[in-house]
Amino acid sequence: MKVIMFGWEFPPKIYGGLAVASYGITKGMVEGQPDAEITFCLPKPTGDEEKFLKIINMSQVPVAWRDVQYDAIKDRMVGHTAEDYYRFRDHIYADFNYMGVDDMGCLQFAGGYPQNLHEEINNFSIIAGVLARSEQFDIIHAHDWLTYPAGVHAKMVSGKPLCIHVHATDFDRSRGKVNPTVYSIEKNGMDHADCIMCVSELTRQTVIKEYHQDPRKCFAMHNAVYPLPQEYKDIPRVDNGKEKVVTFLGRITMQKGPEYFIEAADLVCKRTSNVRFCFAGSGDKYWEMVDLAAVKGIADRCHFPGFQRGKQVYECYKASDVFVMPSVSEPFGIAPLEAMQCGTPCIISKQSGCGEILTNVIKVDYWDINAMADAIYALCNYPGLHTQLKEEGLKEVDEITWVKVGHRIRKLYDECIQNGGFLH
Amino acid sequence: MKKICLYFEIHQIIHLKRYRFFDIGRDHYYYDDYENERSINYIAERSYVPALQTLLQMCKDHPEFRVAFSLSGVGLEQLEFHAPQVIDLLQELNKTGQVEFLSEPYSHGLASLANEESFELEVKRMSKKIKELFGKEPKVFRNSSLIYNDEIGAQVAAMGFKGILTEGAKQVLGWKSPHYLYHCATDPRLKVLMRDINLSEDITERFTSNPIMADQWLDWIASTPEGEDIINIFGELVTFGIFHPLEGGILEFLKAIPVLAKDRNIGFALPSELCAQKSVGPVEVPYNISWVDEERDTSCWLGNHLQREAFNKLYSVCERVLICNDRRIKMDWDYLQASNNFRFMTTKPSMKFRDIYDSPYDAFTNYMNIIGDFISRVNNLYGGAENEEINSLITTIQNQDDEIAAKDKEIEKLQKLLAKYNPVEAKKATAPTPQVEAAPKKAAKKAPAKKAPAKKTAKKAEK
Repeated sequence: MKVIMFGWEFPPKIYGGLAVASYGITKGMVEGQPDAEITFCLPKPTGDEEKFLKIINMSQVPVAWRDVQYDAIKDRMVGHTAEDYYRFRDHIYADFNYMGVDDMGCLQFAGGYPQNLHEEINNFSIIAGVLARSEQFDIIHAHDWLTYPAGVHAKMVSGKPLCIHVHATDFDRSRGKVNPTVYSIEKNGMDHADCIMCVSELTRQTVIKEYHQDPRKCFAMHNAVYPLPQEYKDIPRVDNGKEKVVTFLGRITMQKGPEYFIEAADLVCKRTSNVRFCFAGSGDKYWEMVDLAAVKGIADRCHFPGFQRGKQVYECYKASDVFVMPSVSEPFGIAPLEAMQCGTPCIISKQSGCGEILTNVIKVDYWDINAMADAIYALCNYPGLHTQLKEEGLKEVDEITWVKVGHRIRKLYDECIQNGGFLH
Repeated sequence: MKKICLYFEIHQIIHLKRYRFFDIGRDHYYYDDYENERSINYIAERSYVPALQTLLQMCKDHPEFRVAFSLSGVGLEQLEFHAPQVIDLLQELNKTGQVEFLSEPYSHGLASLANEESFELEVKRMSKKIKELFGKEPKVFRNSSLIYNDEIGAQVAAMGFKGILTEGAKQVLGWKSPHYLYHCATDPRLKVLMRDINLSEDITERFTSNPIMADQWLDWIASTPEGEDIINIFGELVTFGIFHPLEGGILEFLKAIPVLAKDRNIGFALPSELCAQKSVGPVEVPYNISWVDEERDTSCWLGNHLQREAFNKLYSVCERVLICNDRRIKMDWDYLQASNNFRFMTTKPSMKFRDIYDSPYDAFTNYMNIIGDFISRVNNLYGGAENEEINSLITTIQNQDDEIAAKDKEIEKLQKLLAKYNPVEAKKATAPTPQVEAAPKKAAKKAPAKKAPAKKTAKKAEK
């Protein structure tokens, strides 16, 4: 089984949840299925990616013919090899000299999410045409809307089935006010796809209702989580004694519902004197939230440590008694699973996709601040509840593995290839 | 002759309302009146009334028909308040003389697993109430959800009951059959009736999913081996109409039982009639059993951390509630103990219905908030005295009672001795004793003072 995957992010360079999910899916498939061969196309890899799959560096795939010497490029290659370069060069399908190519005949990517994102998406799709002509594969898998055009192009060229993976839709990001360009790219990708994998049933419903897709080809494919590395496991859990710490961790943006967290915090502070609230993260609503906490008069009990990276995230989980994710709309939301791995009980909104596969968490509506406050109070004051969620949560989250997700994806691949899609 | 022993439970809980932590200390009313009224009326109309009418008709048509009921105190209160027609029907049934009422803990709670004294008081209250309503002291007992173990058996026997109903759980019976009369391993005076799980659940659990005909069901009973004469069919009365809709013909099934039983030479018996017989042997139950879930144990109420914490918190104030005189607190104590409140917190997948709660955690949070308020009210009764202080006082009081009882015995013994050696002195000495006996009941604290002289006289006499 040869799969060609188009992705935008991959660890160690992490911009958001997409990188973690891309890593998990590919690693889970390779670990669980010895015959799975994955070629992963990235706009700008760092060269430090793990070697369990083949990385293709889209910045070094030629779209215009240049007569370059082997010795001259051998050491410049990041990701794929110079041999690959020559193979790709044999499959250039049109004259792209007008596009502003470099000395190797390649298009350059800035990586990440730059200003000219739409141009980069287009370039990515052009290069995908070269790859589709030179590589052998059974199925195409495109992650998130940035790579849908590339996937569609590859399908047109090769005639192989296309799976797209919906990690988020523009409806989640914008709370209904979609960007028409993004929407059209998303819709086009979904229309051409033979199989649409959504990270939750919630997202699947959005895809069906808002993008008018046939439910028969849409599947919920929940994310999973990797076991904690020993380094993180060894971080000791902080016992705060009588003081309890309640944490929000994520981007402080409209989508994540931070204002509901403050409202609930206010209710809790009115009746208790031993609970502190931690806002870890940054975002466009950061100052607004600091201000709101001050207006409510609870600024002395609210703390804003800012953006946390790497190990800090896990230290933060381990120092918390309660983790809250009040997202207004969350396609999946991997943070609660990580918190549970650290033994921190979670309160999540019912509008979060991960709630569909978790039972040992407290679920409340994001707008129901009374219920949220009540749950925070209960976790801080009733040790039985805390122990129950901590112990059972750990057991539960250990069962959610990427290998299982990999097997489910594989099943869909097989069906898709054998039957030529799901619509008949 | 094989005999069917039919028994139905009548119990409905008082529904708790949504109680947030900010209500603690502000709002002392915990119940959802609207839901209580709605649900009891719904159940009475859909289930209790038609089922009891059918049973009444069956009693009239078939003089050999017998059926037993038990009511929980909290359920009874609700019926008295919202659906008195159900009680009228029960009384009419009672007049036929073919019906027996059993006793059970007033609150339908788990006091039998927590506090002996509280358990005994509850049972006595319920027995008294049954006597008031139906004119007969119950002779047979059934614990909430048929919870039973050897210790409970001994306690129930000590209360004067002749028999107890419990589950014919496989882990207890093993190769033995539930179709015999057993007795309690710790106290042979108490007979134990074991429920036939399969035959009971053919009706109570599976009637809709796997409907059967009455003749088929009775054939199964008739085909049990010779000598296995007691068929205990226990269930809840809501089986008819709520668990299984009346449209499914469950009442017709019920009506057909006595008619078809006659053809097969099968009779009926009340629990007390069976308990008058001789038992075949003891049944040892070292661990708790009940009629709930596949496990038939107490794991659905006390299976996880949440339930155990709530349970321990609730019963931590048990002694204090028992010695207080506050009517509201006593009432709340009854309502909060109901085992259903703990069952909503189970994390077992078998749980389908959770009342107003989304999840076990939600149920726990709500209940704990209420308990939090309740406990602080109970403690306020004692002027906010420290736990240890009160606990030591409670132990002192309890010990005094024991001490007095022991000393009373001693006095009696000495007086007998005295009477032997010196009949004249003995007459003088007997005079103060009635006072001493009355004293501990009035006030435990005064007792030691009065006792002292009595003791002295006795000692003098001995010399």
